[in-house]
Amino acid sequence: MNNAYLVFKNLTRNKLRLFLNSFAILIAFLLFGFLGSLQNAFDSGVELSADDRLMVVNKINFTQPLPIAYVNKIKAIEGVKDVTHANWFGGYYQDPRQQAMTFAVDAESYLRVYDNLVLDEKSQKDWLSNQQGMIVGERMATSYGWSVGDRIPLSSNIFSQTNGSNTWDLTISGIFKPSNPQTDTNFILIHYKYFNETQKWGGNRIGWLPITTLDPSLNQSVADAIDKQFANSSAETETSTESQFNKAFLEQLGDIGFIISGVVVAGFFTILLVVGTSMAQNVSERTGEIAVLKTLGFTSKRIFGLILSESLLLALFGGLLGLFFAGFFVTGASQEPQLKNILPNLIMSQDIVLRSLAYMLILGFVTGFIPAWRAMQLNIIDAFNKN
Amino acid sequence: MTDEILFQLKSVSKKFTRGKETISIFEDLNLIINKGDFVSIMGPSGSGKTTLLNMLGGVDKPTNGSILFDSHPIEKLTEGQLSKWRAAHVGFIFQFYNLMPMLNAEKNVELPLMLKKLSSKQRKNSVNTALKLVGLADRSKHLPKELSGGQQQRVAIARAIVSDPDLLFCDEPTGDLDRATATEILETLQLLNKDFGKTIVMVTHDPEAAKFASTCLHLDKGIFEQQNSTTQEVTKEESEKEHSS
Repeated sequence: MNNAYLVFKNLTRNKLRLFLNSFAILIAFLLFGFLGSLQNAFDSGVELSADDRLMVVNKINFTQPLPIAYVNKIKAIEGVKDVTHANWFGGYYQDPRQQAMTFAVDAESYLRVYDNLVLDEKSQKDWLSNQQGMIVGERMATSYGWSVGDRIPLSSNIFSQTNGSNTWDLTISGIFKPSNPQTDTNFILIHYKYFNETQKWGGNRIGWLPITTLDPSLNQSVADAIDKQFANSSAETETSTESQFNKAFLEQLGDIGFIISGVVVAGFFTILLVVGTSMAQNVSERTGEIAVLKTLGFTSKRIFGLILSESLLLALFGGLLGLFFAGFFVTGASQEPQLKNILPNLIMSQDIVLRSLAYMLILGFVTGFIPAWRAMQLNIIDAFNKN
Repeated sequence: MTDEILFQLKSVSKKFTRGKETISIFEDLNLIINKGDFVSIMGPSGSGKTTLLNMLGGVDKPTNGSILFDSHPIEKLTEGQLSKWRAAHVGFIFQFYNLMPMLNAEKNVELPLMLKKLSSKQRKNSVNTALKLVGLADRSKHLPKELSGGQQQRVAIARAIVSDPDLLFCDEPTGDLDRATATEILETLQLLNKDFGKTIVMVTHDPEAAKFASTCLHLDKGIFEQQNSTTQEVTKEESEKEHSS
């Protein structure tokens, strides 16, 4: 028999209490693991943004279009390295529920600006030469089972063609991969020119302009110069870094981080009270036994260690179970097609696991410290008299 | 039984404060216990029997005076040192057994050995020997709730002797048992005293139990009323004289 055995036997002596406490902790870490992974997935777009890319959008909001003439005007501004433009297409495949995120872009410049998208030379050549061609991200191609050469009827829930149809027949010219495995490739790129010529509504309008600067240190001056140039025009601009743009886009859904933090903090605080009270009661019921251990010669420090180890073991047991189930749910959710479109990087990261372990240790320490301290301070005579 | 002094109480007093009132349990108590003695301490409730036992066992300290164990004053030891001293020299047997309910008999007996550096084989041997000595080798895997009161007290005795201490302190060890079982327990204590040379100090209300001891002391109002040849209630002057010599 060693200390670990004694800790284990004490922890498992009341099975119902162990179950309820572990379950409470399990729920806390299930929430933390799952919601934390969601938050990371939301944030990953922001984190992966390039330093030297700026986004120019309409000052009213980014759903309002800008004139295509802005491309050449921005190109002329000092410090600008390259300019491209994109339009939201609002695509879906076959069923409106099967969303296929699609952008109508200027192919050549887009691939220059987004040099993190890897497309082989032949595919690139084919796409540039075929106006009805499209390139598909590896992730999307895999999920729909598409390959190069497939003809795909891509529909839009926003635009329609001049002939009244809202479906464009397109051919896959290539499948692009990310240079960074975490970069999202769950989208399609089509030619703006073809889209602009065939769609019914106002032409020569673009959604936003991604630009690169000669150096990230020039970002602010370039952004100021762009916004100054179009100030007081019919379409004023707002220029920000790509990360700011992505963040602002996500905040359209609400402050995800705040919501998740709120839920997790409330959960943890409740669990802290529940488990802390339970641990204190557990130790209080064992006053006589602690006095016996002290009488036998167990030192106060050792008693402190035994009680604290109990709460740490409880926190780790419940927490690891919670984390396991969180991982299970995250994996399940990441396979869900709807969620896959919105959060392509939904995984339980190492960061979440390490943070969870740290919180388990903190929870165990906080809930066990006071009972362990009281046990350490326990006077043998008083304990026997009380017992 | 030898005349070698194991314990000596010198002018020990003990006072408690209850609210604004100070209650004196002993004043100027002197006592010598020799190695190998089996001392029973009797007395009415509130006479200070258990307080005395606690002080001898190093779980309580005197207000004044000194308690010498092998000529070393134990009241001067720190809490940590007292814990080590108890682990090395003392075994305790309580009225209500005080076994750990979640540990079986074998593990309960093994508890004091956790404080010693022994191999698992040595521990196992010591536990088996202790359980055999109290006649419970066949109940080693039983939880306390699966044992009778007498058997639980035997486990408690095994726990007290497993680390081979010099001293056994028994606080009403038969107080919760029927006569026949009490006799068995007392015979076991007598065996430990006579055959294994353990020094035993037993607090009891029961005159029948006290008869098993070689010495019976009556404690009333902080004063010993009886003594015999081996265990001596000594006067303050005698105590000082002995100490100076």
